Amino acid sequence: MAITRVNARRLTGTLALVLASAAALAGCGAAKVDTAGGSSPAGSASAAAGSAAACGTVNIAVNPWVGYQADAAVVAYLAKNKLGCTVVKKDLKEEVSWQGFETGQVDAVLENWGHDDLKKTYITDKKVAVEAGPMGAMGIIGWYVPQWMADKYPDITDYKNLNKYASIFKTSESGGVGQLLDGDPSYVTNDAALVKNLNLNYKVVVGGSEAALIKSLQTATDQKKPLLFYFYEPQFALSKLKIARVSLPPYTAGCDAVPAKIACDYPPYVLDKVVSTKFANSGSRAYQLIKNYRLTNDQQNLIASYIAEQNMSDDEAAKKWVDANPDVWKSWLPTG
Amino acid sequence: MTVLVAAPGLRRPSRGVLVGAVLAAWLLLFVALRGQFTLSAGGPTVVPTWLQHLKDGADGQRNTSPLFLYGFNEIRVAIDPLFTNVQGFFLRLGWLGCTVLAAALGLVFAGWRMMLLALAGFLAFGVLGLFGESMDTLALTLTSVLIALVIGIPLGIVAGNSDRFQQVLTPVLDLMQILPTFAYLPLITLCFLIGPASAVIATVIYAAPPVIRLTSAGIRNVAPATTEASRSLGATRWQTVRHVQLPMAKRTIVLGINQTMMAALSMATITALIDAPGLGKTVLKALSREDVGAAFDAGLCIVILAVVLDRVTTAASQRAADIGRSGRATSVTARPAIALLALVAVVVAAQLPRLTARVSLLFPDGWVHPIRPAVNTASRWIELHLFSTTEAIKNGVTYRLINPLQTLLGDSPWWLLVLVVAALGYVLSGVRIALAAAGCLVGLPLLGLWPSGMITLASTLVGAVSAMVIGVVVGVWTGRNDLADRILRPFLDAGQTMPAFVYLIPGLALFGATRFTGIVAGVIYASPVVIKVVNEGIRDVSPSTIEAAVASGSTPWQVITKVQLPMARPHLLLAFNQGVIYVLAAVIVAGLVGGGGLGLDVINGFSQVSLAGTGLAAGIGIVLLGIMLDRITQGAGRRRAGSDVALGAH
Repeated sequence: MAITRVNARRLTGTLALVLASAAALAGCGAAKVDTAGGSSPAGSASAAAGSAAACGTVNIAVNPWVGYQADAAVVAYLAKNKLGCTVVKKDLKEEVSWQGFETGQVDAVLENWGHDDLKKTYITDKKVAVEAGPMGAMGIIGWYVPQWMADKYPDITDYKNLNKYASIFKTSESGGVGQLLDGDPSYVTNDAALVKNLNLNYKVVVGGSEAALIKSLQTATDQKKPLLFYFYEPQFALSKLKIARVSLPPYTAGCDAVPAKIACDYPPYVLDKVVSTKFANSGSRAYQLIKNYRLTNDQQNLIASYIAEQNMSDDEAAKKWVDANPDVWKSWLPTG
Repeated sequence: MTVLVAAPGLRRPSRGVLVGAVLAAWLLLFVALRGQFTLSAGGPTVVPTWLQHLKDGADGQRNTSPLFLYGFNEIRVAIDPLFTNVQGFFLRLGWLGCTVLAAALGLVFAGWRMMLLALAGFLAFGVLGLFGESMDTLALTLTSVLIALVIGIPLGIVAGNSDRFQQVLTPVLDLMQILPTFAYLPLITLCFLIGPASAVIATVIYAAPPVIRLTSAGIRNVAPATTEASRSLGATRWQTVRHVQLPMAKRTIVLGINQTMMAALSMATITALIDAPGLGKTVLKALSREDVGAAFDAGLCIVILAVVLDRVTTAASQRAADIGRSGRATSVTARPAIALLALVAVVVAAQLPRLTARVSLLFPDGWVHPIRPAVNTASRWIELHLFSTTEAIKNGVTYRLINPLQTLLGDSPWWLLVLVVAALGYVLSGVRIALAAAGCLVGLPLLGLWPSGMITLASTLVGAVSAMVIGVVVGVWTGRNDLADRILRPFLDAGQTMPAFVYLIPGLALFGATRFTGIVAGVIYASPVVIKVVNEGIRDVSPSTIEAAVASGSTPWQVITKVQLPMARPHLLLAFNQGVIYVLAAVIVAGLVGGGGLGLDVINGFSQVSLAGTGLAAGIGIVLLGIMLDRITQGAGRRRAGSDVALGAH
């Protein structure tokens, strides 16, 4: 029994240590938390702490491609430094971000690619989100080959000839047929259905990310290796890497109504912004900023290249662009 | 299983011959039937479609159905603040407060050496520029461990006192432990959505088994006479538990807490996939940007956190045992003074930022020196100069091993494969196992996941065999050489505590986003445990047997191949079993970086609403594959070494 008593005393001592320090901190900290932290420690401990006097906290979803990262960088920089908001960036996949409108984890999506089904669910049916207008850039999705391939095999840019070339696109991962390299599994894509419905001798191989796509394109360009891949604009990497689009059967309205039966090209996308209904109604100055925010493809590509090619942090890239282009963003800020 | 151990090759042809015969028959039939009865289109999609409806239905009713309103949502709402409070506590403590608190706890519980370790570790988080992320991961881990203990210790106590309860519980715990961490996530998000609360729940499920098992084991190890004596002195059942069983089982229970903590840490990083904050998120982001340097920094923080938590809790449990044995703490008198001092230090450290502007709550920017740039430079150099070499290795293994095996699995009639699995199960482990394993495999076509399952299976088998080769070579070496064992052991211990996640990083740097990367990660992940088990098997061979062999003129090679390895056979089987389970876990996670198969299906399920059904099905598919592989490879010995083997208690 003596043993237990000794241990018990020790344990109590240590517990007291933890509890007392907790109490000491909470006691002194409480008043400050209210003034500094705003609503709650909702974000991660690593989230930047800023003064949040007039604006409160904005949760911005960041989808996994550098162009979007650039959008978020600029909006977050302006919200923090010009409006005094606390910005929490959340790295989420596209469709998961929409779920966040419902759970309250996400206030804004800055670059939405279509997603009419999600708009129906979350905007029309559940009414937890609302549109906040186009974000300025135009989105293009398609199939591409490096430019040298189009020069060498001029007819390769027609999907009808792809089967003829299938054997040169074989890789260790494509199981005997040609490889069509895709990006992040969460990207908007009809590629599996397209391959099947156009009777192409290809297999969709998921590279896993935008970075994997760009790296493969770089290698394919440098070493003249064949590559057929899914790609999109706005895209910063295209300032250095030249590519040629493969034409698919043209897009007509409604040809992509049934996902499993799609046999036509991707539509052009008017990229837009979506925010949670709560955020839109909150009267937050950040909402005005996001509503007014607009970038052209070239502007976004420039900021993205700061981040991806010049290795700047999000804030550095945003600052460089913001300092150089005051006339672009001045009109975004809420008046008054 | 007893049959196997008792009769090595007496009553029927040796198992090796039988296994060979089954495989030969498979090859012959494959040649004859190749390409027929395959399920290359995936098979029926009834189950994924149904699961998709289930998911859509759940999404529609989240705020209306009583099951959600009073069930899942309540749990979610109850757990969320738990995590947020721990996280907020660290946030208010600031980097200095957290560091000093960690050091103080290390000092009080585990001595000054551990204080220095904790201090160095926490400073390293800051220097690597990931202090906040590390604290988030720590908060998630601690919250989960807390819940796991609150649930686990009582369950363990009941299981320790009731044979019937133990019998019911054991298979459930077995299942919880062999499942790759990925498999729960889709199901959890179905009930609890994404976010920290779901992450905590997933982590608790994964981390609770060790403490339940070891609490029960500890109580069972208390001599029955002691318990009876206590009862006969008139103590109630509760008094016996509290004053006799728990104190005497304390050391084993603390070991369980240690293992639970390690398991929690490894799961907590993976839950980044369902939007949990912390280091896992950093790794995930870096993987998706192929930023090897950033992933390396975060991976290093996970490693450091694992080492600190492991060492400090181990030292604390040893100290508890020492005190227990001597009956008196070595420094009982000094202790209150130390504790008081530590307390003062913590409070001062935490209040400093509020008293002087020169100390910030955030780690000083000037001290941050991540190794990311250096790693990225190295990684680019490798890419530039070793590309042809790494490419050749990757292609060689892929074309010679992975692809042929995948063809063999995928182009065989599906029922042939089921028969092969049943036959192997029967030969290796008996009728019941054969039926169970074959039953699991039949589940894959029912789920519409045959092709993905075969990709995962092929990668797992290649990885497991490779890990086994490495394990036998290194295990025999360390088993025969004490010095090598002593040098290698800390690395193996550390290697075993890492989440599979971390091992994708070097694989990605060298081999890009391919299946091969997943296999490499799996081999690195599985090797420590395989080496340890083989090593133990070699060491278990009685010295007199070896002396007799040497005296009769055997060369060292003959001793190894004719005496040590055959006698270590139960351990070799166990090592292979563990290797398969570990490699499977890593191969699944590799779905993130081009690994394909079921892991990719799970990730697709998270990413695209329309694929959620397939994702759920893939979670179940992974479970089935895991059980099948476990059952077939189980052979002799797994339960012999006790339940804790799976987590490396050796």
